[in-house]
Amino acid sequence: VTAAVQANGPQGAAIAETIAIVGGTVAIGDGSEPIANGAVVFRDGRIVAAGSNEKIPEDATVVDARGKWVAAGMISAFTQLGIGSRSTLPQLNDASAARSPLSAALDVTTAINPLDAPIQVARAVGITRAFVSPSAAKSIFGGQGAVISLSATADPITKPRAFQFVSLGERGAHIAGGSRAAAYAFFHAALTEARDVACGPSVERDREFTAVLTRADAVALIAVMEGKQPLVVHVERASDILQVLSLRRGYPKLRLILAGAVEGWRVASQIAAAGVPVISSTKSNPFSFEALAATESNVGRLVRAGVTVALSTIDMLPLDVYLRQFAATLVALTRIPCATGLDWGQAFATLASRPAEAMGLEGEIGSLRPGRRADVVIWDGDPLESRSAPETVYIDGTVQPLHNHLTRLRDRYRDPGEGRLPKAYIR
Amino acid sequence: MTNPYSSTYKPYPGPPTLIQDVTVYDGEGWRMDHGAILFSEGKVKQVARTIAAPPGTTVLAGTGKWVTPGIIDAHSHMGDVAVPSVDAHEDGNELTAPVTPEVWAEHSVWPQDPAFSRALCHGGVTTVQILPGSGNVIGGRSVVLKNVYATTVQGMKFPGAAQGLKMAFGENPKQVYGAKGRMPSTRMGSMALNRIAWAKAVEYKEKCDAVRDRVGTSPPRDLAMETLAAALAGELPVHIHCYRADDMAQAIDLSKEFGFRIAAFHHAAEAYKVAKLLKANDIGAVVFAEQIPFKMEAYDGIPENLAILHDAGVCATAHSDHDDLVQMLNLEVAKNVAAARRMGVSISDAEAWKFLSLNPAKLLGIADQTGSLKAGKMADVVLWNGDPFSAYSRPEKVWIDGALLYDNADRSRIPLSDFELGQPGEGDTK
Repeated sequence: VTAAVQANGPQGAAIAETIAIVGGTVAIGDGSEPIANGAVVFRDGRIVAAGSNEKIPEDATVVDARGKWVAAGMISAFTQLGIGSRSTLPQLNDASAARSPLSAALDVTTAINPLDAPIQVARAVGITRAFVSPSAAKSIFGGQGAVISLSATADPITKPRAFQFVSLGERGAHIAGGSRAAAYAFFHAALTEARDVACGPSVERDREFTAVLTRADAVALIAVMEGKQPLVVHVERASDILQVLSLRRGYPKLRLILAGAVEGWRVASQIAAAGVPVISSTKSNPFSFEALAATESNVGRLVRAGVTVALSTIDMLPLDVYLRQFAATLVALTRIPCATGLDWGQAFATLASRPAEAMGLEGEIGSLRPGRRADVVIWDGDPLESRSAPETVYIDGTVQPLHNHLTRLRDRYRDPGEGRLPKAYIR
Repeated sequence: MTNPYSSTYKPYPGPPTLIQDVTVYDGEGWRMDHGAILFSEGKVKQVARTIAAPPGTTVLAGTGKWVTPGIIDAHSHMGDVAVPSVDAHEDGNELTAPVTPEVWAEHSVWPQDPAFSRALCHGGVTTVQILPGSGNVIGGRSVVLKNVYATTVQGMKFPGAAQGLKMAFGENPKQVYGAKGRMPSTRMGSMALNRIAWAKAVEYKEKCDAVRDRVGTSPPRDLAMETLAAALAGELPVHIHCYRADDMAQAIDLSKEFGFRIAAFHHAAEAYKVAKLLKANDIGAVVFAEQIPFKMEAYDGIPENLAILHDAGVCATAHSDHDDLVQMLNLEVAKNVAAARRMGVSISDAEAWKFLSLNPAKLLGIADQTGSLKAGKMADVVLWNGDPFSAYSRPEKVWIDGALLYDNADRSRIPLSDFELGQPGEGDTK
């Protein structure tokens, strides 16, 4: 983190300064429609006010955003930003650990690299926070994910150990030994062991004879069992979703979050009744046999049924930069007969307040409502339009650098001709 | 002898159709507001300010809508790496030997791949080139398809379109075969395998040519060599998977040693670094809009790539190589054009449509038949429900050879592959 600050130098606004961004179209991110000629005021890294008739403090530094959009920073709700996952660069992988003796105990917080190139690129397209999830590899439990900021100037960890990740669909079945039955048997055995460990030494003593988990993994799952840590469950198929929802009969305190859930629309009312949020995608191809009913209308139908839905690039990592394009698809669907989409405010919220709500962090991030962290992006146009780009990105109220490896290459090769010296001398 | 592998595709019937009061991008760089387009008997008849409707014409109001040529995807694996992604659908890479010019992608294509329908209905994609994968140094022959479902791949083949030859430079072949403990495990190994194969092909072709000139005996048939000889004769456009600029220069040297012409570099992340070299050699580029650094050779891809290439006079097009992103190639181009404008390279929207239809048509050798709305060309036409470079717009209707094959308001004009029939979600808006 220190290196990040040094590498990028002091970036713009001092924390104590009050900033008022005025005259732009304001997208608060909470599902409301954009507000023309609005203002966003923040101070000490937190939002003070946002809306149409906000009073501008006299000491505020005023930023003119006329003709621009001022929007909540976007959240990538299921990602491996910062843990280097690249299929063909195993040396950079910090997302999965198939050879570790541990699984649920793994904590991605220890691995986050705020200077990872994809973080810099994602920040430049207006993504300011991310829910970083490990992959399941050694067992169905992948370990503990973190909520991070994409800040170049501050500690990247917003909330460590924010959730546990478990895979209970096709992938989970494969890892567990070959079947869904094996995955669920393992899940029940694991949570039983966590309960035994939680009960203390007298109960725990018997555990050694039957253990499927190391002690560290069992300890890590106590918070899941007790509902203190959300459990992000990757499943796609409708029947798998119902199985997951039924887990709460045995473990009533589980705080479930469904991830993937492309067939969620087929059981939307059950998901809504269970009050379980969903992190999904707009994937419309039947990409596996657990996704035969995938449709672009999934998100819209779930929202209509009353489910809190965050949009993500799950099942299509590492396409974080496409998030807003997929959210725009939700709007486009409102103009297609028989499809179910979302209006602009609701669609944008799937990248802002909805992921925050799913993670229980709606008071902290995900919108421009007063008190939230000042993750604010000034766009040169509608943030969901592919043609638009951020002009200024604030995270926790601090202006962020938007240059990166790719912008530097662009500047070097803007004129592809040869010069008096090799390109290597152009900085 | 007639070609036993010829196309059996026949255009479906459609009435003469006139769209009025519509914004037209003709695909050749020209825009007309409040214009009209007439197509009949499968062909574009006219684009003009006003057109009188001949008797029996279906007349559509295009107010607030756009008409463009259908999108052509010059790089796809629909059908040969189909969804659902199960082992049984891995038909794109013949990974048992690094040099397999004898394999043809069309012999792998599953015409029921559900991805074809999404590309058509969500993305307005009317023509696709299906390539073998990039695991092999020389991967085999590609096939150009009309994006019209048929029971057989022959029923989808673009009539008369040449096959292409797929090659792969860079990381993939050396990783695949290095892992098997055999050549190539390095870039130099790939180059050596190439030179061995092409040297043999030159020799084979000389023997074949001699027979034609009645001065020698015919060599025994060699299907691998037939493919390479056809490439040497200029009958198969050569498409090379190649990310890095320095790899491109190596490929160009190879082509000069043996005398074949490269049609295009695909993926071409660093093409912008050698835009002038590509231009000088008349080589096109098929590029990603967003370069995700998912592997080492993809590290230097930039969103301005397309524009720098265009500015240098290179025939460039956008592709996705992805069964989801192929549904939004229009937005890939929109993003790249916007990035170009921010860099100071101005490309009009009408000009930018070339990236989506005319340029890929040129790279596939079918630009005389499709890729723009010039009178006489195939009526491969998309009616968009708004500005096609807006993320809120989608195809409303798509015609291929003048036949209405997608209409978002008419379920009888929304295709559903055999695979999806009776499966969960069947009949859902796909």
